[in-house]
Amino acid sequence: MTRIKFDDQIFESENEETVLQTLLRNNVQMPYGCKTGACQCCLMRSIDNSPPAESQVGLKDTQQKQNYFLPCICKPENDMSVELPNTKNVWFESDVIEKRYLSENVILLKLKSKEPLAFFAGQFVNLRRHDGIIRSYSISNIHNAEHELEFHIRILPNGNFSRWVADELEIGMPLSFSHAQGSCHYVEGKLEQSLLLIGTGTGLAPLYGILQDALFHEHYGEIHLFHGSRDASGLYMENELTQLAQKYPNFYYTPCLTGDNLDFETYTKGRANQIAFDKFQKLNGWRVFLCGQPEMVLQSKRTAYLQGASLKEIYIDPFSS
Amino acid sequence: MTETTTNLSLFEQLGGEGAVDTAVDIFYRKVLADYRINRFFDGVNMDKQAAKQKAFLTMAFGGPNNYSGQDMRDGHARLVKMGLDDSHFDAVIENLAATLTELNVPAELIAQVAALAETTRKDVLGK
Ligand SMILES: Cc1cc2nc3c(=O)[nH]c(=O)nc-3n(C[C@H](O)[C@H](O)[C@H](O)COP(=O)(O)OP(=O)(O)OC[C@H]3O[C@@H](n4cnc5c(N)ncnc54)[C@H](O)[C@@H]3O)c2cc1C
Ligand code: HEM
Repeated sequence: MTRIKFDDQIFESENEETVLQTLLRNNVQMPYGCKTGACQCCLMRSIDNSPPAESQVGLKDTQQKQNYFLPCICKPENDMSVELPNTKNVWFESDVIEKRYLSENVILLKLKSKEPLAFFAGQFVNLRRHDGIIRSYSISNIHNAEHELEFHIRILPNGNFSRWVADELEIGMPLSFSHAQGSCHYVEGKLEQSLLLIGTGTGLAPLYGILQDALFHEHYGEIHLFHGSRDASGLYMENELTQLAQKYPNFYYTPCLTGDNLDFETYTKGRANQIAFDKFQKLNGWRVFLCGQPEMVLQSKRTAYLQGASLKEIYIDPFSS
Repeated sequence: MTETTTNLSLFEQLGGEGAVDTAVDIFYRKVLADYRINRFFDGVNMDKQAAKQKAFLTMAFGGPNNYSGQDMRDGHARLVKMGLDDSHFDAVIENLAATLTELNVPAELIAQVAALAETTRKDVLGK
């Protein structure tokens, strides 16, 4: 059995429990979001020992060195003394300035920050509702002088946050958001490199941002976007993307559907990732971006690597819930 | 570290840490694609697995590391339980040699790497 020391109190962790579970079970007020190590809401620091390496996955090397870790994926090996970082709960204020449907069940939400922002298109922020509920959403626009942030939010039938966005959030209302996080974004340079962008559902949000960023930097290597869904209602922004493909000769857009009886004049039949990997079997030297459904993202990461892409050039944004 | 006639260590002759970084990418891909041994390397988290392969290559190249024979035993005990044996060990050496060949490393250096890896066989296989 291991002990967790926090705020001058000692808690015993039960079998297989994560540090976050131990703290929550003991009614410690903790910020947290996804509970899978993705959103980094619950970030903590170990004061005495180095935390287990798997609880530091995804943190910057500088943070790892400082013994930061994610309690939601940390099953302690030894007793630990832990603290919340000083930067805990840095939230910024914004107002909703636009909200419209991109398709039957995807909303474009635009926020205007009260302060200047630093982010890359394709990174994600955590949005926080007035009652403290937190969800991660990817940024689909590039930096602009108006300090705006755009998101594509898929409305889930019983989604706590997304239904609230659809039903109650209105233009003019305030919404808090966190620092931009994650490493799934375009980095300027190697303008001749081929880019492969694969996304399912609102996985298009970060990819759309990455595409804008690449075009903004006059990336001239080929850019191939494969957007997948089951049926046509899951695709959106088809007109914009088709027009971009006409305007930029190096940009190619392939909407893919897996359902039956569809209009396969317009759409390619099959899974977006399979179609992409069949078409491009040698990915040596490519930069690959994979966003959306977690299984698709992790499976595609392996395939992209086996087909020649370097692990350092595969960027992923799995929407774990 | 292995001293050679040129006064440069094997690790330095191979190109040091930079060479390891390049080799990891090729080596791990080969291993994942090799049906004889890929089940041992099938970690869910590829970046973490790749980091471990970096530790492996650094050691195989005669670079600085803190692993003892006992560490090698402990580290691979889980795999021995899964059935790790000489044939898998040979396959790893084969992939290692193929990686270095692909990187145009001279044959005599590849032989030195293989010989160095050979010294860990008993510990890795828990014999
Ligand atoms: C790094 C990151 C980036 C993300 N970016 C985006 C983004 O750009 N756009 C976006 O829309 N979402 C994104 N997500 C997902 C988002 O954070 C929420 O998880 C999602 O919006 C659901 O929240 P909710 O409160 O509406 O639903 P919840 O109340 O949390 O969950 C509702 C229920 O729906 C179930 N469910 C989950 N997926 C589906 C599905 N596809 N169909 C039916 N039921 C389902 C869940 O299991 C759960 O039981 C991202 C997630 C992460 C971790
Ligand atoms: C040639 C001699 C070998 C050496 C010098 C060696 C060395 C190493 C080292 C240094 C690590 C990292 C340990 C750590 O820090 O966690 C490691 C891990 C590993 N090795 Fe080896 N290894 C050898 C042979 C093999 C063989 C033959 C296999 C299987 C076919 C193998 C499979 C693995 C796996 C799967 C891991 C990761 C273990 C884990 O996930 O916990 N190794 N090895």
